[in-house]
Amino acid sequence: MQSPNQLEISRRDLLISSTATVAVTGVAADGAAAQSAGKIMDHTTKVSFTVNGERRDLDLDNRTTLLDALREHLHLTGTKKGCDHGQCGACTVIIDGRRINACLTLAVMHEGDQITTIEGLGEPGNLHPMQAAFIKHDGFQCGYCTPGQICSSVAVLEEIKANIPSHVTGDLTRQAHVTPAEIRERMSGNICRCGAYSNILDAITEVAGTRA
Amino acid sequence: MRAFTYERASSVEAAAKAAASNPEAKFIAGGTNLLDLMKLEIETPTHLIDVNDIGLDKIEPTQDGGLRIGALVRNTDLAAHETVRRDYGLLSRALLAGASGQLRNKASTAGNLLQRTRCPYFYDTNQPCNKRQPGSGCSAIGGFSRQHAVIGTSEACIATNPSDMAIAMRALDAVVETVKGDGSRRAIPIADFHRLPGDTPHIETVLEPGEMITAVVLPPPIGGRQIYRKVRDRASYAFALVSVGAVIQSNGTGRIAVGGVAHKPWRVEAAEAELPNGARAAAHVLLADARPTEENRFKVELVERTLAAVVSEARG
Amino acid sequence: MQFDTPATTNPIDRLKVVGQPIHRIDGERKTTGRAIYAYEWNDPNVSYAYGYPVGAAIPKGRIKSMDVSDAKKALGVLAVVTTLDVGDLKKGDFNTAKLFGGDQVQHYHQAIAVVVAETFEQARAAAALVRVDYAEEKGAFDLEKAMDTAAKPEESQEPDTAVGDFDAAFTSAPVTLDETYTTPDQSHCMMEPHASIAAWNGDELTVWTSSQMIDWWRSDLATTLGIDKEKLHLMSPFIGGGFGGKLFLRADAVLAAFGAKAAGRPVKVALPRPLMPNNTTHRPATIQRIRIGADRDGRITAIAHQSWSGDLPGGGPETAVNQTRLLYAGVNRMTAMRLAALDLPEGNAMRAPGEAPGLMALEIAIDEMAEKLAMDPVQFRILNDTQVDPENPERPFSQRNLIGCLELGAERFGWNQRRGPGSRRDGNWLIGVGVAAAFRNNLLVPSGARVRLDREGIVTVETDMTDIGTGSYTIIAQTAAEMLGLPIDKVAVRLGDSRFPVSAGSGGQFGGNCSTAGVYAACVKLREAIAQKLGFNSEDVVFENGQVRSGNRAVPLAEAAGSDGLAGEDTIQWGDLSKTHQQSTFGAHFVEVGVDVATGETRIRRMLAVCAAGRILNPITARSQVIGAMTMGVGGALYEELAVDTRSGFFVNHDLAGYEVPVHADIPHQEVIFMNETDPMSSPMKAKGVGELGLCGVSAAIANAIYNATGIRVRHYPITLDKLIGGLPDVA
Repeated sequence: MQSPNQLEISRRDLLISSTATVAVTGVAADGAAAQSAGKIMDHTTKVSFTVNGERRDLDLDNRTTLLDALREHLHLTGTKKGCDHGQCGACTVIIDGRRINACLTLAVMHEGDQITTIEGLGEPGNLHPMQAAFIKHDGFQCGYCTPGQICSSVAVLEEIKANIPSHVTGDLTRQAHVTPAEIRERMSGNICRCGAYSNILDAITEVAGTRA
Repeated sequence: MRAFTYERASSVEAAAKAAASNPEAKFIAGGTNLLDLMKLEIETPTHLIDVNDIGLDKIEPTQDGGLRIGALVRNTDLAAHETVRRDYGLLSRALLAGASGQLRNKASTAGNLLQRTRCPYFYDTNQPCNKRQPGSGCSAIGGFSRQHAVIGTSEACIATNPSDMAIAMRALDAVVETVKGDGSRRAIPIADFHRLPGDTPHIETVLEPGEMITAVVLPPPIGGRQIYRKVRDRASYAFALVSVGAVIQSNGTGRIAVGGVAHKPWRVEAAEAELPNGARAAAHVLLADARPTEENRFKVELVERTLAAVVSEARG
Repeated sequence: MQFDTPATTNPIDRLKVVGQPIHRIDGERKTTGRAIYAYEWNDPNVSYAYGYPVGAAIPKGRIKSMDVSDAKKALGVLAVVTTLDVGDLKKGDFNTAKLFGGDQVQHYHQAIAVVVAETFEQARAAAALVRVDYAEEKGAFDLEKAMDTAAKPEESQEPDTAVGDFDAAFTSAPVTLDETYTTPDQSHCMMEPHASIAAWNGDELTVWTSSQMIDWWRSDLATTLGIDKEKLHLMSPFIGGGFGGKLFLRADAVLAAFGAKAAGRPVKVALPRPLMPNNTTHRPATIQRIRIGADRDGRITAIAHQSWSGDLPGGGPETAVNQTRLLYAGVNRMTAMRLAALDLPEGNAMRAPGEAPGLMALEIAIDEMAEKLAMDPVQFRILNDTQVDPENPERPFSQRNLIGCLELGAERFGWNQRRGPGSRRDGNWLIGVGVAAAFRNNLLVPSGARVRLDREGIVTVETDMTDIGTGSYTIIAQTAAEMLGLPIDKVAVRLGDSRFPVSAGSGGQFGGNCSTAGVYAACVKLREAIAQKLGFNSEDVVFENGQVRSGNRAVPLAEAAGSDGLAGEDTIQWGDLSKTHQQSTFGAHFVEVGVDVATGETRIRRMLAVCAAGRILNPITARSQVIGAMTMGVGGALYEELAVDTRSGFFVNHDLAGYEVPVHADIPHQEVIFMNETDPMSSPMKAKGVGELGLCGVSAAIANAIYNATGIRVRHYPITLDKLIGGLPDVA
């Protein structure tokens, strides 16, 4: 549906304007180099992990959350910062098959981890089935919670398959199943203020159905 | 968040030793509560000891037929564990009622026991709070206190313990195992683990500085109908207004622990003795000394009604 | 283009693209994480610095001094800019509270400093080192206490209206209602925090921000910074939700600009979530008294609606009485608004300002009145429908199909299964159904666009219109495609940039209709330019299948464009059709709830909305607007409330854990039906808005359903279990 050159047009244009800015502002001294190196060494740590199949080596301020490492250091801004306190789910990423809130974990705690972000699930022209289903069912509006919703959705179906129960699972001793109530409960850690929930459920249900 | 140094501990002993040598150090496991509080500078450790790789992530049977849950076992794994689902359904249910799937994937068993209150004044560093800043006063008393404790409170603090898991642990008579920096170990019954606020609400457990939880041990299964009923405004991803964890036996006896009402999981054995006489009788004993605020008075009746529903469900 | 006569047949009526269920053209970007939001613009050649805001720790008073020495010394800190440093700044036209500057603190968490550092972590840590000495002053924070001193707002707000003799009619009415309702302060809680990147180039400033209204922000930011508006370039191509919270310039943009100036580098600032509810605006609480008198047949003879709300000095009232002037018949009527001066954060627009809280009250009152009359509430509403402005019967509605919405909704919902209060049960659930009317005016705002056709046959639309999740990208592309006879993938849309023609922006549910009408106008210009270039007689020119045709001549658009391309630009301007005719949108909400008999927890089981809102430009995005609004209405009914600490003067539950908004588990499948309608008075598009209509009345329908389930009438939102528990049946 989208004009193939649409994205390029806007990117190119914004690049033009921002490069013009660089010409002046880029003169500013690189502050990092100006810092007293000795002192901060204690407070930084080297870490290596894999993001969307690509190995990444970083030397980070210990305080850097995985979320900020992705967004500010690796410029993978698909993972969103909605609250930075584990209250919204916009920062959901998948680590070694499990979804977590990237805002409430330190990057340096992820040595050797396999991290999947929304960028790694699919890309324009080569969508993950869940991404395609979200578009088909209009499971988003402003789009800001959407990467988190989609990462969560993908992991939720795996969790059910792995027989991890939920608050609404009837009998704990039986295999969990994909039902609307199960999906709603399991997705409740992903807030969508635009209120696309009903459509998101339809999208997940469709993907679950085609996978069954 | 203040700057801190960071180390990955390689063993329980090393972790305990590291903590003993630095009074401003904290252990970090899941980090879901600690980092939240560090961002707001409510917690300000200068050193973090990452304990995720010290082998405390196993669930094993004990010799007497109980279950030893490693401190690092994630809430998701604990709730999904086959034995827990079969024999300690209350624990599984309580865990699944808490937080979100994402948070349960990170949050650890020990961290869950140690999570701090969600009192909004505790969270706002501009406001007086005896828990955050001893002696500064309690803003919740006379303020917005709908969520707060109704029993076991003090003039210094009316905060609640927000843990769902701890309610189940309390009803199941769990025992908390720890290690100290000198290598000594002890076992603390869950009943003694959390403290009431008194005039030192900043001290929430009996853990000593640097003492680390290594496991939580469940006694052998006690059977019964195990129910965890969490009452909240929205249907999920919310802290309890009130929660009732119950194990009801077919003869009408049972155990009850209540959440959302006190600074610790609230269980009164004398109230359980009243269970055969009905939920109302039990609730009256359970909350006999309740001192609610105007805003949370409803919790007293809510506990009674929720307990009635739980007992009725158990019998049904 | 001046729109001053009702629309006749035009190219949009072909409905080959417009009105079709086309998926969002920005969908691939949003679902793959490639849509770039304000804080995320990254040029690898630029070294961005991070600004972290400091909010005031008191609700009212003066800053005596600030000590930033430790903050300045902290590792990585590049600059600290305080509110004292910049002094008093001119305030933007649209802001009530100042955003930054000067020593006065007007509300809690008002921005008083920004700390700029190399990294986010350094800036955040250093911000905590800023020490402030305040002289705190006593403030007023309690609306109920301030009611007596509330004043009449300025006349432009039409604070008092009266027709006929309300008092006499009410006194003599055989059936009357006189009740007071309250709605709490509510927070927008859009998922993307307010965020900006500011970059100076000499005296020119570029700002990437998250704004619903590019031109308003541009003017107000220029005013606040004291720079020429023309030197300011604003971009906001993707906005992570707004709901009114991003209508007006916010502190992040101001702080980023000052921070960037001081640091000599581009600076990024986002408001931390816990700062947002008190730093930004909110929907103000209301106290509403409603009186209705009716004859025994159920005809309303007298209706009065009074509302009290509070705001900072210089602010305005929450216009909660407005819908009552237009929604129901009744010869004798009055409304009144009073405004108390409160020192809480600035109250301002949140989705459907006025109508949302107004209908929360009015539509309970109507339900109560129907019960007093022993009438079905659907029938009571139908009986009191009006096809003319009740204050001015000479003035008809352009379209009004409230009755159709109610009747179709009742049929589809199975309304005839409804029973008396407290009489349906399903296990532990008390079951009830409720209905409410939805009403929201259709506003008309000028809107401009530029349309270019290039030699590849691609049409590019440029307008400073924003897409806050509403679907602007898509419906604008549909409009241009329809006008030029192209498939939608031949249209590119560029939004949210101050270099583009000024549009209506996103607000008041006017954005969809007005911005597409602006694109329509620009496309008319482009069509003329194409016809002229080809020497066609523009009267009989047809744009179809990628070609422009006149008589038996047909030229592909790409060829017509030539190597230089062609462009058209115009702004839609509105005549007085909205004065001669009342333009409004209508709907009916039907809800089924379950209330837990033991705990009083309310859960929604079914929801249906029927909307009459002119032409629906895209049924997919329009439906999403409505279900999203219904979801917000659930929050408003059941738990959304900014808790005011009336001693310390702030909203206590100021994050997403404390202020609960609906989650997945709260929302059932939602049904939406659009009435087949076009409104030639509204625009050449014949469309109106639905984004706010969908919220209007929802909460009252839920309140009414709770009453039907339990027999307990709660008039104070949110309807939390503590307000029900005392009246529920015994369970012990």
